[in-house]
Amino acid sequence: MNLTLLILVPFITAVLILLARGLQQIRVIGLIGSLTQLGLAGWLLKSFLAARAAGNNAAHLFESNQTWFKALNINYHIGMDGIALAMILLTSVIVVAGILVSWTMDKLSKEYFFLLVLLSMGAYGFFISLDLFTLFFFLEVAVIPKFLLIGIWGSGDKTKSAMKLALMLMAGSALVMVGLFGIYYNTHTFDMVQITQQGIPVGVQKFFFPFAFLGFGVFAALFPFHTWVPDGHASAPTAASMFLAGISMKLGGYGCLRIAALMPDAAHAYSWIIILLATIAIIYGAFATMMQTDLKYINAYSSISHCGFVILGIGMLNKTSINGAVIQMVSHGLMTALFFAAIGMIYSRTHTRMVAQLGGLLKAMPFISTVFVIAGLCSLGLPGFSGFVAEMTVFMGSWQNPDGAYRLATILSGASIVVTAVYILRATGRAIMGPISAEHALLADATWNEKLAAVLLIAGILVIGLAPFLINHLIMPSTDAIMLHLDKVTLIK
Amino acid sequence: MTYNILIQLRQELALALLIFILLFIKLGKDRSNESILNFINAVLFINLAAGFCCHETGALFNGMFNTNALIVFEKDLLNLALLIISMQSYAWLKESKNVIEFYILTLTSLLGMFFMISSGNLLMFYLGLEMSTIPLAAAANFDLTKRKSSEAAMKLILSSAFSSAILLLGISFLYGTSGTLTFSILTAHINGNPLQLFAFILLIAGFAFKISAVPFHLWTADVYEGSPVAVTSFLSVISKAAVLFTLVNMLYQVFTPIANTWYLILVVLAAATILIGNLFALRQDNFKRFLAFSSIAQVGFILIGISGSSQAGSASMIYFVLIYIFSNLAAFGVVSVVSALTGKENISDFKGFYKTNPMLSWVLTIALFSLAGVPPTAGFFGKLFLMMAGAAKGNYGIIIFAALNMVVSFYYYLKVVKCIFMDENTSPIEKITVPTVSKIAMYICVVGVIVTGLANVVYDYINSISFGL
Repeated sequence: MNLTLLILVPFITAVLILLARGLQQIRVIGLIGSLTQLGLAGWLLKSFLAARAAGNNAAHLFESNQTWFKALNINYHIGMDGIALAMILLTSVIVVAGILVSWTMDKLSKEYFFLLVLLSMGAYGFFISLDLFTLFFFLEVAVIPKFLLIGIWGSGDKTKSAMKLALMLMAGSALVMVGLFGIYYNTHTFDMVQITQQGIPVGVQKFFFPFAFLGFGVFAALFPFHTWVPDGHASAPTAASMFLAGISMKLGGYGCLRIAALMPDAAHAYSWIIILLATIAIIYGAFATMMQTDLKYINAYSSISHCGFVILGIGMLNKTSINGAVIQMVSHGLMTALFFAAIGMIYSRTHTRMVAQLGGLLKAMPFISTVFVIAGLCSLGLPGFSGFVAEMTVFMGSWQNPDGAYRLATILSGASIVVTAVYILRATGRAIMGPISAEHALLADATWNEKLAAVLLIAGILVIGLAPFLINHLIMPSTDAIMLHLDKVTLIK
Repeated sequence: MTYNILIQLRQELALALLIFILLFIKLGKDRSNESILNFINAVLFINLAAGFCCHETGALFNGMFNTNALIVFEKDLLNLALLIISMQSYAWLKESKNVIEFYILTLTSLLGMFFMISSGNLLMFYLGLEMSTIPLAAAANFDLTKRKSSEAAMKLILSSAFSSAILLLGISFLYGTSGTLTFSILTAHINGNPLQLFAFILLIAGFAFKISAVPFHLWTADVYEGSPVAVTSFLSVISKAAVLFTLVNMLYQVFTPIANTWYLILVVLAAATILIGNLFALRQDNFKRFLAFSSIAQVGFILIGISGSSQAGSASMIYFVLIYIFSNLAAFGVVSVVSALTGKENISDFKGFYKTNPMLSWVLTIALFSLAGVPPTAGFFGKLFLMMAGAAKGNYGIIIFAALNMVVSFYYYLKVVKCIFMDENTSPIEKITVPTVSKIAMYICVVGVIVTGLANVVYDYINSISFGL
């Protein structure tokens, strides 16, 4: 099994899209490409589990290592552990849903689908990289499509949002770059496996960890670098919002996790700062959401809060919390993509996203309203949905840390869920329930493609929510491997 | 022996021959511009191909003229750049009455650069440099009817004369302290005494003038704006590249005993150049001025790479120059076609460009992304390798500084992309039919921009022929 297929399939899809003519051909190619990708991810899951069951306990499966730039010791080193596989599954589901949701995109459709596929290629490449250079390469590949997608197809103050997003993400990757150079010149390799084996001197870790971690933190909407999130998400077209929140922000979380595993000493030393920032993001995000009147802004700000849990889980540096962070990444990816899809469906019919102008949508479009409610319930952490599993695991992990300040952070973060419930229930109540205006009463419900997209995402949410042991089984061995490095520290605090 | 000269001097001889043929064509009966242009492009292409065939290491004329695989490759790059410029300016040159003069001037300048790169002696170096500069001043004045063009020529010739004088002063001091002009002997006499250091600083100042490093950059923008686009691209790509090649040769081979001194100078120059270039590029609306200032910032990044003083430093510099040739010329190519056919040269004129000219828009966008250093274009690899070479010295301050400046430069490149794709315009530039020759040149550039980075063979080859301190 060659993981390069994960990059090759989107690449071929993109080329075929360029050669295709007319919306019909383009979207069919896009759909076939993304379904192939989903099938590929499913097959990877199957062979991954089969290999694990057969007793293959290597940290990374399907490894392949090819020299890229020999003189600089840069290798195209790819492989996959359980966490990467979970992210790949997430990506492939969201890509299919995103393509389905954009089924009727008739403005510059060729460019639109091309950029969507290019963005997914960057994400796949990022998750399979075991070489920091390759990782960084794919991280940046995913930035430009976002800029163009928002700037060309977006709504509202789109160019400003696109510019803000691109510049902040670029600044983030500039920080990451400095961090990676620091690692490279003290270990003489970009290879993550080698670096974890040989270790990085503590002084170097302490100097370069902030660069790399904060750099990825920008992607993960870490406070105070979250300001690109609301504008970027709100201005983006539906599929781009789904990709942004569902995939792109996960690049940041995943990167933070890898950096913490590479520099365990620094991660322990700076753990309190990470937790402080994450707690601020969680609470600030939740309260900021309360003030929003635009559905997209509501979901964007709540994403800041939810991604805070990812960082919190990573910052706590224990097995359960990191497990929770990974589940939260997957769960939030699915949930937020579903949310944006529902908002997009509502917006394309009512041409408004303001909560105050909506109402009683359940009567006109029961399917879309149900989707919206499910996304909302998942967001506020109702048991049975993935959000509950993820947040519970993070809290359980966080509570294991006996330090008083850490406990306080955990309590505060936990309390934010109440705020989440307030804004979700309020928005749902106003938009979905109540009387419906005359002009909205005649609107049509979801079409087949929208239904399919929603069902796919809901299926993912329910699988995690009802059978959390499945995803735990997948990621647990990899978290164990990470913990092995994280516990091997020479200094604690 | 004669055979040896023919082989080692083949690139110079070919150019000289071409210049003479053009002189004879000029004397003879009138020919159509198309046939002349096609002939010249064909010869340049053959010369480029011949450059790759055999590269011997050797010296001629008592060490005045050196050649090795690296030098041959550098000349190939310049040749390639001239070929691309020539193809891209097809639309403009076709209408010009003085096609032959344009080529005589640029080819003479290129010949001078070849001698400069190959020089093994300060005198030879100076001769080559002058031979490459003076024709350019005439070429800058090529739009005889435009005031700005002659202003540009005047500024170019005055500032070059000034920098040459400084350079000469430095050379004389060096001669005074060491008693020799030959590179190989000179190295042994460099000991860093104050007069020598002073001479060295004069020399570096002269170089900085030519590559328009801050604080010696002020002539650049006006000259670039006034000159015809073809000359601007020649100035910004070819003459800079040639001087950079020579600079590295000198620093890495001649001034090795005072490496610590020039390391500091380079770092300071690089930081100032990147910062000032970026700050000025932010506010430009004229496309040529914009590219002028952004190219100043690019030179700053190159200086960081050179400061690494390793094999990787030299290799990443040449690699970046190759990428810079492709990406900058792709950008200039689009501007050149648009300017030749519509006369519009401002960034704001490009608003809504994508609606009318999608192909050209993509070429320009890919070029700008490469200049900004965004993957998967080659610019990403180029910039990253330059910074890696610079970081090898352990001076992370300059790397952090450069990384932040990359974000600033990203902003102004994105502004242009925003203009092309996102801004509304009621009267965008109308649909342009690009001449086939120019189209081919643009495709070469785009393919170059994408392949040079992803395919490792290019960097591996360059690395294998370069050398460190």
